[in-house]
Amino acid sequence: MSARIDQTATGFDFGLAKRNASLEASGVKAPNATKTGTTIVGLIFKDGLVLGADTRATAGSIVADKNCEKIHYIAPNMYCCGAGTAADTEYTTNMISSQMALHNMSTGRESRVVTAMTLLKQYLFRYQGHISAALVLGGYDVTGPHLYTIYPHGSTDKLPYVTMGSGSLAAMSVFESRWRPDMERQEAIDMVKDAIEAGIFNDLGSGSNVDVCVIEKGKVDYLRNYAKPNERVQKEQSYKFARGTTAVIKTSIRDLVTVTEDTAMDITA
Amino acid sequence: MVGKNCVAIASDTRLGAQAMTVDMNFPKIFPMTDHTMIGLAGLATDVLTLRDQFKYKVKMYHLKEDRVMAPRTLAHVVSSTLYEKRFGPYFVEPIVAGLDPRTHEPFICCTDTIGCIDFAKDFVVVGNATENLYGMCEGLWEPNLEPEDLFETISQALLNAVDRNALAGWGAVVHVITPERVITRNLKARCD
Repeated sequence: MSARIDQTATGFDFGLAKRNASLEASGVKAPNATKTGTTIVGLIFKDGLVLGADTRATAGSIVADKNCEKIHYIAPNMYCCGAGTAADTEYTTNMISSQMALHNMSTGRESRVVTAMTLLKQYLFRYQGHISAALVLGGYDVTGPHLYTIYPHGSTDKLPYVTMGSGSLAAMSVFESRWRPDMERQEAIDMVKDAIEAGIFNDLGSGSNVDVCVIEKGKVDYLRNYAKPNERVQKEQSYKFARGTTAVIKTSIRDLVTVTEDTAMDITA
Repeated sequence: MVGKNCVAIASDTRLGAQAMTVDMNFPKIFPMTDHTMIGLAGLATDVLTLRDQFKYKVKMYHLKEDRVMAPRTLAHVVSSTLYEKRFGPYFVEPIVAGLDPRTHEPFICCTDTIGCIDFAKDFVVVGNATENLYGMCEGLWEPNLEPEDLFETISQALLNAVDRNALAGWGAVVHVITPERVITRNLKARCD
């Protein structure tokens, strides 16, 4: 047991799969995994590209997180939006990010977007769609700006403007009507914001705020919560309870002492 | 729940096999370090397994690194432990609550059964009565509660949520963690 935990064994552990199947057969139902729901988009403009995402995470119809981050770091010149099962997008992008860092160190060159895209699609294809990560990958490398979508089964597209997730239709309607080549930076950011807001307001799986990431040659602007169209209003009154409201059966207190480095023990005498 | 320089973590104490109550005093919150606790909701066998595994990992970290594990670090340990079993998960949803061992900054988070971390600045809920708890917490929580007020808020949120959930209840326990002390209180609750 202890030996197994210490080992750096990699990959998934299927050890509980059979047990869980038999548990589920006998009526225990597994809790819902957190999904992103999600509207994620990307578009290419004159000097680079813009990625955008909403910030809602859902578990069934419950909003699990009202301000989560869906634009993941891959490399200094590359970011990736994730839709699908939240844990999968988080871990898949994290793992590719570490592979890109190692690749970057061994080659001494700036990472290329195709490299990350290929690593991602090969990884997702290997798991035949069971890792449900739908991604929008964008970056600026030596060959210019690149924007890819990667589907959970491992297929990819390379397009000038893309959307993904449950709000992709709402967001694409904005792009299809307004996108044109060689837009200015601010125009592109505004369009991404509008596309994400189209998802936030018209798709129930998407909501809360707009995150934007602008990637240009040698420059990245991560604009977390670029727009907050759904801020919670201040409560008019307080629901604070009077102290002593709750009936207590037993109280136990554990006092902690603070040990600072130089007063730990006096050993001069 | 996060308060002013403090955090609170609470749970009910029932253990049941579907509708049959097996234990009325089953601990689900476990201390990991002086200032950090972990709450595990779900299948009891996995609760016990993971409690032992996290304790082991926290202790090994302490020995290897010669420093106390921060709650944020523990959250990532929890997350990767669960994601390793992505295709055969533990039926457990954990909450990590604590204060940073150096700065005493409050930290809370929860994850789903496969280790997707939900960092929150206000409150997190997991387990059986989540719908009820979300409603209670969303209404009652406010920023910068003092430890005593935080205790009242979290207690009322929990008690009133589990009272409307047939499968939860039978007592409750609340821990309030401040830089100076950890205050544990057992609440008087409905037992039906």
